[in-house]
Amino acid sequence: MKKWQDNKGWLFILPVFLIVAFSAIVPLMTVVNYSIQDIFGPGERVFVGTEWFREVLTDQRLHEALWRQLLFSGLVLLIEMPLGIAIALLMPSKKGFGASVVLVTLALPLLIPWNVIGTIWIIFTRPDIGLMGATINALGLTFDHTASGLHAWITLMLMEVWHWTPLVALLAYAGLQSIPPAYYQAAKIDGASAWSIFRYIQLPKMKGVLTIALLLRFMDSFLIYAEPFVLTGGGPGNTTTFLSIYLVKIAVGQFDLGPAGAFSIIYFLIVLLFCYLFYQVLQSAEEGEQS
Amino acid sequence: MKKRYIVLTIYLVIIMLPIYWMLNMSLRTNADIMAKLAFFPTDITFSNYMKIFTDPSWYSGYINSIIYVVLNTVICLVTALPAAYAFSRYNFIGDKHVFFWLLTNRMSPAAVFLLPFFQLYSTFGLIDTHIAVALAHCLFNIPLTVWILEGFISGVPIEIDEMAFIDGYKFPRFFFFVFVPLIRSGIGVAAFFCFMFSWVELLFARTLTTTAAKPIAATMTRTVSASGLDWGLLAAAGILTIVPGALVIYFVRNYLAKGFALGRV
Repeated sequence: MKKWQDNKGWLFILPVFLIVAFSAIVPLMTVVNYSIQDIFGPGERVFVGTEWFREVLTDQRLHEALWRQLLFSGLVLLIEMPLGIAIALLMPSKKGFGASVVLVTLALPLLIPWNVIGTIWIIFTRPDIGLMGATINALGLTFDHTASGLHAWITLMLMEVWHWTPLVALLAYAGLQSIPPAYYQAAKIDGASAWSIFRYIQLPKMKGVLTIALLLRFMDSFLIYAEPFVLTGGGPGNTTTFLSIYLVKIAVGQFDLGPAGAFSIIYFLIVLLFCYLFYQVLQSAEEGEQS
Repeated sequence: MKKRYIVLTIYLVIIMLPIYWMLNMSLRTNADIMAKLAFFPTDITFSNYMKIFTDPSWYSGYINSIIYVVLNTVICLVTALPAAYAFSRYNFIGDKHVFFWLLTNRMSPAAVFLLPFFQLYSTFGLIDTHIAVALAHCLFNIPLTVWILEGFISGVPIEIDEMAFIDGYKFPRFFFFVFVPLIRSGIGVAAFFCFMFSWVELLFARTLTTTAAKPIAATMTRTVSASGLDWGLLAAAGILTIVPGALVIYFVRNYLAKGFALGRV
């Protein structure tokens, strides 16, 4: 697309730049400060160099939290992406009352505050008052996410899939809606099977939105905090202590500013690296679409 | 054809089931909830809702949440509109880098910024004010708004701007009276997502407030940690947090698919 070559653009982005810089750059510098100093109190601090980084990088519990986090994000993507696409394919393609009902119902879980999501699932899965918990126990199986790590994971995965699959479905649905009807007519004339319509028409057309769905789902599941915090509190034991939960435990719970600062920077760099990789993929996907 | 709607209906029922269960709880007293498991509430009571509407420590939470969410949405739209216009229309030094830097903020872990945010906002005396939470939420909402609006603006041919300037429009008049109406569905979609992400966020909102601006979500976590939970009350509070979101979706449902179609969420 043609653009005007003019540095006046900076004037337009100045307010956004200032507000985001106020909230992003100053706190980031503070975190850097924490990570290289030992702070005893106001005005009492010693420069310690990379000591905190060394401490954090050799922290066994951090390694466990990182693997747990990667496993969680991986499982989330493996389940939610195919499920979301399948649901989008089932949705009515014509506008009307039915489509509106489906859209509004699907979007509902996305608009519930994240800690309320946790509350809903506590109420739903408790063995004494929860529909799901009581039903499973009535079948003769013991199910208690406060006692068993495996059950806590199953509950969390169910909650996560329940909460976010609609986002993938809505994105994929929007991608499907952008396919001109002529494509389907042509496929019909050629006698294409449902699978080849999906493989050669629908999937390529959804590539853009699916990349974004993948990106968003990876990021948000990698940063997950409120839902497991409310539902399991990181337990039982440490079985559901994800990176954010562990970080808040160190920073706010134990008030270890130094290690928390170093941890924050490492966490931020990991996310930044993934952001950059995804952004590159996204850019090349967009260029591929235009050519 | 029939089979596909049956599967879809089952899925929608599964989506609604946990929410329905909370609604069911909210219409019963705590003693009734603990006594028996019932799929339908037998003695419907609105006492849980009455308590929330009459107790200031409960209902002020809703008012606080709505104030900072609206503030945040307004700040995001006002600042992001010109920025999105610039990213869409101009080439300038560092434009791509600034755009990427903005997007990284959408994806930075909130937990990382928690302590420094508290320090920063204390320095400015902003702790426990609505504007503090609104500003903190700008960190992830402004990048998102810029991203969404940039997509919609790029959908309007640049020739329209050029024609308007040739016809003698000054920039402000062109921007507010010609351009903004052209992308109003985009503004609606952006406002929806700002509202949504500010409404559902808890970590910043809880950290930056103590009493005067405490959001409803934080009021609820206080109840969770207390001993002797009142499940009915908790469920009623939860149901009430879903209402604003449900209203907003209903109003923007026709734009929703369009916003998603641009793939900018």
